[in-house]
Amino acid sequence: MKPALFLAAFATLAVAMPRALATDADGFAATYAAAQTAERQAGALHHQWTTTEADLKAAQAAAARHDNAAAIRLAQEAAALARLSIAQAQDQDAHWRDAVVQ
Amino acid sequence: MQRGGSGRLSRRLPGGFLASLVALLCALAPPAVAAAANKVDPAADLQAFQAYFHAAFPTVALDDFANGPYAVNQDMRKQWEEIMQFPPYDFALDAGKTAFATPFKNGKTYAGCFPKGGIGIRQDYPYFDAKSGEVVTLDLAINQCRVRNGEKPLPYGSGEIAAIAAYMASTSRGKPFDIKIPDDPRALAAYEDGKKFFYTRRGQLNFSCASCHVQAAGKRLRGDILAPALGILAAFPIYRSAWGGLGTIDRRFISCNAQVRAVPLPPEDRTYRDLAYFLAYMSNGVAIAGPGARP
Repeated sequence: MKPALFLAAFATLAVAMPRALATDADGFAATYAAAQTAERQAGALHHQWTTTEADLKAAQAAAARHDNAAAIRLAQEAAALARLSIAQAQDQDAHWRDAVVQ
Repeated sequence: MQRGGSGRLSRRLPGGFLASLVALLCALAPPAVAAAANKVDPAADLQAFQAYFHAAFPTVALDDFANGPYAVNQDMRKQWEEIMQFPPYDFALDAGKTAFATPFKNGKTYAGCFPKGGIGIRQDYPYFDAKSGEVVTLDLAINQCRVRNGEKPLPYGSGEIAAIAAYMASTSRGKPFDIKIPDDPRALAAYEDGKKFFYTRRGQLNFSCASCHVQAAGKRLRGDILAPALGILAAFPIYRSAWGGLGTIDRRFISCNAQVRAVPLPPEDRTYRDLAYFLAYMSNGVAIAGPGARP
């Protein structure tokens, strides 16, 4: 029984672990790609933030050292910052004249 | 007594139609008003801009605005006057004078590229170049001159280009900014682009150039006194103690943008040149005082 149990446990791990790792890696890739897309959009509007760029670099560095949790968190933060910078660009495009000295 | 055409019109058209017509005209009115507000009128902007700073700093003479924070803070002014006994930019100024006069490999010099041999012309820069359809700053003109004479362009921001620009500025001291905005849609668009950049909030800190240099001009930001935007380019290039050397307008734009956590544009980017065009035009009448020294 014992060898059978060991084999079953091994088989479970052998199937589950790569899938979990792949899920993490896929999760990072998707999150990072979304952040990059948003940042490129901010770039087209000339409204990128240095903090977004720093988070994107830090996310890649975390992914390179296989710290997927940190990598995903940083990519999510970069995506959020990029979206805020796009919102800022759109708001300012509509309202910058309000600040003009009259 | 019948009142002319409108009476005839009212007889032919039902009241509901007239009400609709009035409503339609009213609905069309706001865009017309907005269009008037959005009209590019540099002369009106200049008048409002300078009036704002004269009202904010009634004791500061127009030319003194070239001295930035030292014009509006007496304690800093005293320190600056002491510093200016031995101006920290003097060595760079000498180097710039030498570089300006040193012939290129083809035997020509910078003087051949500029009107009046490049002496006493700083107050006319930036200008709108009708041929290229773009704003030309003094720094850009220096590099265009080099390229025309078979030399590599200098890196922007500091070093030799700042030294040459400093020397050229020094030959214009006392001459008031005289920036022209020709009646050319491209020139007006460049002016408007610079104006938009100046008033647009950017970066994670959500600051515009105007946040500091209009709305908070003369106030403290940590250890610094914020310079008024009026005359802010008149002392460039500047020696900044924080830089430990001379820097150009590009360098200041880039560092300002980075300080508010906005990704800066490349030096001499078209929008930065448009921004310099707008700011220099707003300072028309302020005498050139470059190179200057700042904390």
